Amino acid sequence: MSYFIQQIVYGLSAGSIYALIALGYTMVYGIVKLINFAHGEVLMMGAYFTIFGIISFNIPIILALPISMVLCALLGMFIDRVAYKPLRNAPRISALITALGVSMFLSNFFKLLFGAEKRKMPDFPALKGGYVFGDVTIPYKAILTLVLTLVCLITLQIIVRKTKVGRAMRAVSEDKQAAQLMGVNVDLTISITFAIGSALAAVGGVLYAINYSQIFPTMGTLTGLKAFVAAVLGGIGILPGAMFGGFLIGIVENLTKGYGAGGWSNAVVFGILIIVLLVKPEGIFGKNTREKV
Amino acid sequence: MKKVLALVLVLVLTAALFAGCDKGPETVKIGLITPKTGDLAVYGIAVENAVILAVDKINADGGIDGKDIELIVYDNKADATESINVFNRLVDNDKIVALVGPVISSTSLAVAPLAEAAGIPMISPTATNLAVTPDYEYVFRACYTDPYQGAMVAKFANENLMATKAAILYNAGDDYSSGLATAFEGTFTGEVVAKEGYTADDVDFRSLLTSIKELGAEVVFVPDYYNTIGLIATQAREVGLEAVLLGGDGWDAVQSEYGDVTEGYFFANHYSTTDESPLVQGFITDYNAAYGETPNALAALGYDGILVMAAAIDAADSLEGADILAALKGTDMDAVTGHITFDANGDTEKSVSIIKITNGDLVLETKISK
Repeated sequence: MSYFIQQIVYGLSAGSIYALIALGYTMVYGIVKLINFAHGEVLMMGAYFTIFGIISFNIPIILALPISMVLCALLGMFIDRVAYKPLRNAPRISALITALGVSMFLSNFFKLLFGAEKRKMPDFPALKGGYVFGDVTIPYKAILTLVLTLVCLITLQIIVRKTKVGRAMRAVSEDKQAAQLMGVNVDLTISITFAIGSALAAVGGVLYAINYSQIFPTMGTLTGLKAFVAAVLGGIGILPGAMFGGFLIGIVENLTKGYGAGGWSNAVVFGILIIVLLVKPEGIFGKNTREKV
Repeated sequence: MKKVLALVLVLVLTAALFAGCDKGPETVKIGLITPKTGDLAVYGIAVENAVILAVDKINADGGIDGKDIELIVYDNKADATESINVFNRLVDNDKIVALVGPVISSTSLAVAPLAEAAGIPMISPTATNLAVTPDYEYVFRACYTDPYQGAMVAKFANENLMATKAAILYNAGDDYSSGLATAFEGTFTGEVVAKEGYTADDVDFRSLLTSIKELGAEVVFVPDYYNTIGLIATQAREVGLEAVLLGGDGWDAVQSEYGDVTEGYFFANHYSTTDESPLVQGFITDYNAAYGETPNALAALGYDGILVMAAAIDAADSLEGADILAALKGTDMDAVTGHITFDANGDTEKSVSIIKITNGDLVLETKISK
């Protein structure tokens, strides 16, 4: 039993990172109906910015993280402005292909800048070890990851539910034209959505680097794809769904590894995507809406 | 008069035609194919440095039968197609008599059939993939093969560590890693309590390592490259795994960034810098003097590769492929990476150096041989 609980702990910590990225996927999809495949690369850039802040400028991680979030938010807005905005009224498939292009461009650009090799994250002695309950160890890293993720989710919920910006976001996601007619600045709202999503990805990137101690230009690709599966599983466009999907994917993945099928963990995750798409394409939290043809 | 003039001209020109022939070639042309650019350049440059060092040494000592070695180096970017192109250029334009390289297994596999067809003796210093040599008479290698290495690590676990329970953690999508894993499993005499595969993109090993801890393995064989080992070793410490991790030559350089987490672990390598043999120490001193750094295992293998080839050409007293081949087969020499003789495939079964990571340094623990 303690073995099972231990695996769940690792699953939750891995799932937190998927959840943070899945939130960005879902927010952007909710508002512009675009699957932003470049989102995984924003995670990668967030990790690089933080590590360079720590190594090259010697700033503590408490400061490096917010700086990296701001940089990623600006980059997210920039990507939207350059790559997606000109295609706002084009068929959705054009924007989707552009998103794939942006994703490849960014990971190769970083390969060119920093080389393809894996870089080691500096050690944080304060995060070594964990709380021990009998046979179960809860690493400090896992606690930090979970707490930070929950703080992000709650903040996001408050922004979306209680603030004017959040109301504008909900309005744009329901009906872009009507929102515009009511005086909502649609372009600004979309920009803010990209900014928030990208800042969350930056947090995900830093947590990834802390948990797995290595960063490399293609780190966002597979992580991003799994987070996408999480977003679809929870119901794309639904914030709590993305969160739930992220945790579920993390747990499933770690249980697969913990119970003797490590080589199958990726296959299981993407198998889930196929099953969801076949059985309940709107996701666990999704409402069944008929697509107009 | 005109006829006489023409006759004289013909005679002069014919004489000129033969003039170049009676002297024969003045140098022994040896080709080297190695990746000097791209992701694997760090390997290729180490081999090139070592080969140049060896050639300079041979030439300074009077060359081969009085002729200098002329080394012609081409970059293959670790790409199979590019390797074929440069091999053809070496044979058709540069007229090489023997080839050292290519460095990477996949590129060696591409060049081996061409070397066989052209009758050019070839020695890859570092291609450990099993399939490189068996089908080709003219193809040799200076390193041992993946299965041999995996088996020797298992022997070390049996006889030196007295391990009775082992787990294997390997990259299921990588030939090198799965080849070593299979060989280890076949030779280990104790119980293999778990054999778990992972994929190249995996970064989270905590669940796998916890399950290995639960099964009570004393040693865990993890044949992969040093970056992944750094990741796995870090997480092994995190989950409190007390088993000793073992690995293969892919671990080389792991101590530079992950010395603290790999402390006390063992891996197999081609040679050790703490080996006290004068041959090894002489090579390290020369290399250090020339390039200002300690040579890695690839450099040592490159050095041995060219020395074996030069010795064979010297023994053959001929620049014909078939004669050099016959001499290569009879190779029996002490080299930096061990005593080299070839079996029927052109593979060498020399001793494997087992290295222990101690205080962030690589220290020779023992040498294991069949």
